[in-house]
Amino acid sequence: MDNGEEQKRCKGFPLLPSLFTLHPKEMLNATLKQLSAQLAGKKISSVELTQLYLDRIAKLNPALNAYISVNPETSLAQAREADARIAAGTAEALTGIPVAQKDIFCARGWRTTCGSKMLENFIAPYDAHVIWKFNNAGAVNLGKTNMDEFAMGSSNETSYFGVVKNPWDRNAVPGGSSGGAACAVAARLCAAATGTDTGGSIRQPAALCGISGIKPTYGTVSRYGMIAFASSLDQAGPIARSAEDLALMLNVMTGFDERDSTSLPRDKEDYARDLGKPLNGLRIGLPKEFFAEGLAQDVANCVNAAIAEYKKFGATVVDISLPNSRLSVPVYYVLAPAEASSNLSRFDGVRYGYRAPEYSDLTDMYEKTRAQGFGAEVKRRIMIGTYVLSHGYYDAYYLQAQKIRRLIAQDFTEAFKQCDVIMGPTSPSTAFNLGEKGDDPVQMYLSDIYTIAVNLAGLPGMSIPCGFGSNGRPVGLQIIGNYFDEARMLNVAHQYQLVTDWHLRAPTL
Amino acid sequence: MSPTMFLTNADVRKVARLARLAMSETEIETARAQLSGIFDLIAEMQAVDTRGIAPMSHAQDVSQRLREDVVTETSQRELFQSIAPQVEAGLYLVPQVIE
Repeated sequence: MDNGEEQKRCKGFPLLPSLFTLHPKEMLNATLKQLSAQLAGKKISSVELTQLYLDRIAKLNPALNAYISVNPETSLAQAREADARIAAGTAEALTGIPVAQKDIFCARGWRTTCGSKMLENFIAPYDAHVIWKFNNAGAVNLGKTNMDEFAMGSSNETSYFGVVKNPWDRNAVPGGSSGGAACAVAARLCAAATGTDTGGSIRQPAALCGISGIKPTYGTVSRYGMIAFASSLDQAGPIARSAEDLALMLNVMTGFDERDSTSLPRDKEDYARDLGKPLNGLRIGLPKEFFAEGLAQDVANCVNAAIAEYKKFGATVVDISLPNSRLSVPVYYVLAPAEASSNLSRFDGVRYGYRAPEYSDLTDMYEKTRAQGFGAEVKRRIMIGTYVLSHGYYDAYYLQAQKIRRLIAQDFTEAFKQCDVIMGPTSPSTAFNLGEKGDDPVQMYLSDIYTIAVNLAGLPGMSIPCGFGSNGRPVGLQIIGNYFDEARMLNVAHQYQLVTDWHLRAPTL
Repeated sequence: MSPTMFLTNADVRKVARLARLAMSETEIETARAQLSGIFDLIAEMQAVDTRGIAPMSHAQDVSQRLREDVVTETSQRELFQSIAPQVEAGLYLVPQVIE
């Protein structure tokens, strides 16, 4: 390991000695690069590291509910293979690293529920592309993380397998839909995790749990084997404790896959290549719409303080406007349910998944299976989608929404003529209380107001921790980049993390 | 004016039927109230002038790839049917549809 870089990274913080064996507690807080060095230096084996996390999961998961499934024997078998690979000298960056997989990714032999009763007993017969990539890299699948049912939710409260607690405050939601993944990373129940983001489902839970997450450009990570919600918006990405870790995770997850018709054929890139670049001259766009009414003052204070930090790097601030972004929520709640109603029509009780125990005929079997197998939020969205696609309403809703989607994307194109990255809050408030928004879907939908436009435009977006609100709950800074500009965004995030310690803070558990 | 301002229980019943979701009368009433709230949120879109704007169906302007018509997967009928609710003699069973 480059010791100069190590010294620089840890400036002002306790230096983690990469050449010495870390204590278990240090191991839980170590970066992926440090863990990799520990594994390579035989300071710890993948089996020991995996067992360390499995023991912690056994101890803390009953209270936090971050995981739906753990399968210690399977994970430890993978860890043994990783150790053999490390011994043989064929290890890659993430070989032997325990990674938590969102339960939306099919993993052969693993129960894959998507947070739904519909798939409660579904054992995936094949691997998603993302799972296949991690397997090839020699990473250990540590377990499947909890999530909102079919990724529909912003609080993880729609999961059939129960709510996930925010590790910073167990009365608070962890965010959603990748709430289990965000909780697991924040609570040190995995080294890093995968998530998916259709309207903010990586960035919002990352913000609410005080960790880092990135949704790359649409088409960068294959959707093959990732259970579909809204296909034109769904994008997988990593959730981790630092920008540097995110870069290493993205290096594994990305790449062309012919099995996903929307996968983009692009050259392989190293997302860590620009981490060390200086930021002087960086132009940061601040959309006035992201700092208007509706943004909590404590969140605004933290975000403004982060931007002040960037000015110290020599970055300049540009006021920009995304005039159509106010329409993101309505447009999203037409397009996403429309695509969901189509995608979820496959759950009919015939080939796999739940089937109602009693029915009179085929239609009755379909209707009862779906009524019993889906939860309230999923049914609500299927109803919205079915309605907006039904005869007579298609032009007024679906087509109109697709046209406004272009206007929203054009706003960003205009903005990026004046700036290199866009910054703002990830979420309008810190984590809200469990049950607080449960009865009002519209209020829940509005909690994604700053993240949705990014999905509609297909742009990359990320969230990094930048402080704590007045209630002691974490605040996230959102960084939005131009298409395929992930390496620059990670550079921007990494430089901030070199001089601040928000990303190193851990909840007391 | 938005057509949804007149969302009735009969509308909700029709949509539930199209979506193949069994719903009780109580659930229909709850759904009507919640969907009306959501459609009020969506109604903001209606006033936007989108004349001359092409619909955006995908984030990147890419065309559908074509592939060679070759076999890429092997038959895994037994594996796939092992997770089916009801199978017999290699066939998926559903309620009788033809008298």
